[in-house]
Amino acid sequence: MATKTQELTQKGGQHRHRALGLSDEAALRIYEVMRLARAIDERMWLINRQGRAPFVISCQGQEAAQVGSAAALEPKKDWVVPYYRDAGVALWFGMTARDEMLQFLARKEDPNSAGRQMPRHYGSRERHILTTGSPVGAQLLHAAGIALASKMRGEDAVTATYFGEGSSSQGDAHEAMNFAAIHKLAVLFICENNGYAISVPQNHQMAIKDLADRAAGYGFPGVVVDGNDVLAVYEAAHEAVKRARRGEGPTLIEAKTYRITAHSSDDDDKRYRQAEEVALWREKEPIPRFAQYLRQARVLSEELDREISDRVNREVDDATDYAESAPDPSPDDLLKHVYAQESR
Amino acid sequence: MAERTLVQAVRDALAEEMERDPRVCVLGEDVGLKGGVFKATEGLQARFGPERVMDTPLAESSIVAVAQGLALEGYRPVAEIQFADYSFPAFNQIVNEVARIRYRSNGDFGCPLVIRAPTGGGVRGGLYHSQSVEAFYCHVPGLKVVLPSTPADAKGLLKSAVRDPDPVIFLEPKKLYRAGREEVAEGDGALRRLGEAALVRAGRDVTAITYGYLRVVTLQAAARLQEEGIEVEVVDLRTLRPWDVETCLGSVRRTGRVAVVYEANRTGGFGAEVAAELAERCFESLDAPVTRLAGPDVPAMPFSPALEQAFLPDADRIAAGLRRLARF
Repeated sequence: MATKTQELTQKGGQHRHRALGLSDEAALRIYEVMRLARAIDERMWLINRQGRAPFVISCQGQEAAQVGSAAALEPKKDWVVPYYRDAGVALWFGMTARDEMLQFLARKEDPNSAGRQMPRHYGSRERHILTTGSPVGAQLLHAAGIALASKMRGEDAVTATYFGEGSSSQGDAHEAMNFAAIHKLAVLFICENNGYAISVPQNHQMAIKDLADRAAGYGFPGVVVDGNDVLAVYEAAHEAVKRARRGEGPTLIEAKTYRITAHSSDDDDKRYRQAEEVALWREKEPIPRFAQYLRQARVLSEELDREISDRVNREVDDATDYAESAPDPSPDDLLKHVYAQESR
Repeated sequence: MAERTLVQAVRDALAEEMERDPRVCVLGEDVGLKGGVFKATEGLQARFGPERVMDTPLAESSIVAVAQGLALEGYRPVAEIQFADYSFPAFNQIVNEVARIRYRSNGDFGCPLVIRAPTGGGVRGGLYHSQSVEAFYCHVPGLKVVLPSTPADAKGLLKSAVRDPDPVIFLEPKKLYRAGREEVAEGDGALRRLGEAALVRAGRDVTAITYGYLRVVTLQAAARLQEEGIEVEVVDLRTLRPWDVETCLGSVRRTGRVAVVYEANRTGGFGAEVAAELAERCFESLDAPVTRLAGPDVPAMPFSPALEQAFLPDADRIAAGLRRLARF
């Protein structure tokens, strides 16, 4: 059975981050990236509701699961293979607010796909973020392939792949975990269990309570963490990364969290879940929770928090202005990059 | 130069490319210790090790998608799907992932990957070891599709496929694996360019455009018709995507009559695409309707020899079709 967070040592008391090897600066950086992910997301909804963008898919509520795990990796050495909510992962691996907005508005300058893919479909070779599509679950196998390449080259790079509990029903998810287990590949399978596959609740998706229990069936550890506790996520990911770098194989981390928004801007979540449930989870939101911890640890002052807010807001304003005035792709771009010769 | 069967030529191509380029690796079900169910990878694991010639679980989506991960990280994988019929569990990975990687990343990522699979019928393989799957993959921009029918073409085209920067579906007509031998060159001398058809028999009366196993049968039909004074020109497409429109147009402009001869189900088969393109591009040269001589529209090739023979176009049926065209 999977390891539970309660069983992990919550080292350090008031200074858990230091006990985990995170400096005050590192902890603040995690906080700021979480704030930035949220602020970008909120701006996207605003622009969408004003009728200036057709589609939003949201990261809200899942920032701790994303940034906490990405922070345990080494950007440009390790790879991330995200899914379409992973703003926190992409930002940690080098995407900027401008990049987010350029993709959101499908501009030519969008570094992910030059306006070809829907929002939040990240990808950058330079930043070691694998390009991903919309059919869920497929990416877990690509992570296994990338990790196999690292192993064949004798490198200790780690590949972290992200998915919702919804994707875990796909055959590819099973195949990927099985394949990674056979070859002891350095893969982190990070499930952001947000409770719903669009409208279908977890108990209609699987008969088990903890998805991480499945890891035992593949022969590697599964860990359940409070996905809204960024330090708990970091701790679990950090342990899994160390294990992977030692050549001991994959880990499945189930970060229990909640999707605060509807599935997308085209979804009405009132049709399938109670407002009370959402309100309950709003109380447990990861960002205020981490802010409170940082204040108690005397790492975050009110003044510093204001500074961070101002910086994040400026960044989002700048990104919005920049992307809104950036050009669309030209119709000629439609035919490019089907094959290599057209890529030159 | 050495005499080789088609399956030996495939093995030689893999061995030469693995020798030439350490990034080339092979993965699939039974490709390692056993050397493949058709022995296409026999001896490769002993020579190149279990990592470069890797036995995988029985899971086609894994085979294709892990290969894709390797390709994205600098390897040149050759994935074997044991029978083309079994490529469908990997269909999402091939169509939505492998084929779209370059386009969806605006050229940032590429996917140099070869997916090999034995294709076609005539070996008593029944419904699920006989299918012709090329039309599914020819419909997908981003993929290349190759279907050779001679040992030399198989070797030369496979070597080129391995060196190609884009994903290639490489279909091998299993009925021809050991059907005959021919002299096959070694090293770079063996290379054949993708996208070039071969004019394999010259004739002034009617053009037969074909590929795969039916190339052999079409040539038998052509020999028979010659005795009747009908000269058939036979074109083997060899690569289906991109296909060699110019060579086909040249032939049809000379003969004014054309049949596309293919083993797959008639409706929506690749021959339908060839027929449509030729009708559009050389209508003024045609003296007869563009014709398809193809497999029937039944789900797949049955196991019974009587039914298998009834499915596969034979020399009689192809000759009859071409005769009708010549006399039109």
